Amino acid sequence: MKKDGRSRINWIFENFVTFLRKCTFRVLSVGPIPEHIAYIMDGNRRYAKKQNMIEGTGHRVGFLALMSMLKYCYEMGVRYVTIYAFSIDNFKRCPEEVQSLMDLMQEKIEGLMEEESIVNRYGVRVHFLGDLKLLSEPVRLAAERAMVVTANNSKAVLSICVAYNSTNEIVHAVEKACEEKWEEISLLNASGSGYGLIGLECIEKHERENLIKLIDIEKHMYVSVAPDPDILIRTSGETRLSNFLLWQSAYCYLYSTPVLWPEIGFRHLLWAILNFQRNHFYLEKKRKQL
Amino acid sequence: MICLRSLPLVPHELKSPLSFRTRAQQQHSHPFSQSLRSHTVPHKTLTGGGTATTTVANVALSEHNDLNAAEEEEPLPSELSEELMPNHVALIMDGNGRWAKQRGLPVSAGHQAGARSLRELVEICCKWGVRVLTVFAFSYDNWIRPKVEVEFLMNLFEREIKSQMQKFVRTVRVFQNPNSRKIKDVIGFWRATERYEGIRISVIGDSSKLPESLQKLISDAEEATKDSSRFQLIVAVSYSGKYDIVQACKSLACKVKDGVVQLEDISESLVEQELETNCTEYPYPDLLIRTSGELRVSNFLLWQLAYTEFFFVKELWPDFGKAEFVEALISFQQRQRRYGARIT
Repeated sequence: MKKDGRSRINWIFENFVTFLRKCTFRVLSVGPIPEHIAYIMDGNRRYAKKQNMIEGTGHRVGFLALMSMLKYCYEMGVRYVTIYAFSIDNFKRCPEEVQSLMDLMQEKIEGLMEEESIVNRYGVRVHFLGDLKLLSEPVRLAAERAMVVTANNSKAVLSICVAYNSTNEIVHAVEKACEEKWEEISLLNASGSGYGLIGLECIEKHERENLIKLIDIEKHMYVSVAPDPDILIRTSGETRLSNFLLWQSAYCYLYSTPVLWPEIGFRHLLWAILNFQRNHFYLEKKRKQL
Repeated sequence: MICLRSLPLVPHELKSPLSFRTRAQQQHSHPFSQSLRSHTVPHKTLTGGGTATTTVANVALSEHNDLNAAEEEEPLPSELSEELMPNHVALIMDGNGRWAKQRGLPVSAGHQAGARSLRELVEICCKWGVRVLTVFAFSYDNWIRPKVEVEFLMNLFEREIKSQMQKFVRTVRVFQNPNSRKIKDVIGFWRATERYEGIRISVIGDSSKLPESLQKLISDAEEATKDSSRFQLIVAVSYSGKYDIVQACKSLACKVKDGVVQLEDISESLVEQELETNCTEYPYPDLLIRTSGELRVSNFLLWQLAYTEFFFVKELWPDFGKAEFVEALISFQQRQRRYGARIT
């Protein structure tokens, strides 16, 4: 009986807090709300050290923090969220740590596909972006399955960057763009209308200029499933991009907060959004001019 | 005590009427030179009516200023460590317009004050061992600004390059002042020129949109200073980070088409070699400083900023001086750069 009473009080309290949060979002939405937020989830290990936990626990707590942040973002009406889960540079870490991170990822990806997960509650479509061939077999299969299972969700999008580097992404896009042009020219030649374009040693200047355009590269980027981010939040106080979304963050608002990722909460997000709103009108004016 | 004032600034084959006027002005105590006697005067003082000063006065003022600067040593502050100095610093010089507006001056005055700030920072970087400084002078997106402002900026670039060229070129011959053959004067002159020798200028960006005269001046300046090795100043004019990557991609695509490079061989290092920053030994900035409190990159050096440490400053660019630069360097030297790995 006592336990029932306690759980009821918890339930009332939780709902009250959610109600307050939704009121805050209503107030916030008087100003502009970003359409796409990107997160660099830094500080898990430092958190574990600070709390005297065993190694690896920091990442688990970090995952819980991620779930809360996603909940707040989708409640606020943010359509696209991108997170930097694992970089290609992180493979340089010691094999045990990499393995434990891979195991954690596999476990959590499988958790996402369950019925009561956040993905189904908010109708989120999940994408895994990066050079997935670098991942181990079970993780890659789990990721591909998650992408297929959530393919019909359309309310929001979650892009998880694993085995991702922005420079690697750009090189990949350049390769694909070159390949596409090569095929186009081959087709033209095969049909006889290429005028032996491939055989020509030197081509006209305007041909060279029109060979590859900006949109050709952009459409082959991994992150082309979402528009450019409006705000990029990095935790743990570092002010650097660490090879994340270099191309897409050209005009993005960069926000760095000293709090460690597992400690991040609603108030940090609120503060980031308020700062973004303050800066927004100037940014919009610049964008319209372009 | 070696008195540098008696020496000409440049050897006689590079002498122009302008340098003679400078010496004359020194003797007659020009009113402008009083307030600009030492470069420790804060940047906030403007000599009044930025647009009214002529080309000649600008050049004379800057030469007089630099002569004073050459006399003063600039040791590294004690808070900074020489081993941890960044090799390559990138700057986004934001806030000239706002600075001018705050003082009720035209925007052009803000840009001139900004140019002065930059000259002083280049001096400091030279003396403190920074090897490369890249500055975002004019973005490809800035072409949409009012025509008057754009034209003023182009003229400002021309004036600055012309006036700095004489300083940047390495002097290899001993001065030929017929009035003095004293050994200590010779040594003094060498010391003075050593501070200015070795600055290499490179310009990156889409130069096709620049006026013809500026394009020619840029290629002359690049050609003349290409052998200098002590310090490199890269000026990004009409530059866009995305455009840089696209042009690298275009040249790679052409190379694939011509069979020089195989499709499978396209890699990060190949792309890096085609980017416009391939003119330097240190293409990746270690530290990026942006002034005026804006927290974004604005399409500057996107690829190259992958592991760069950012430092955002609230001051407007004309107010950015040695103290703020020291603050940025202190912050940089305290950071732990891990590049994705773990440092136990």
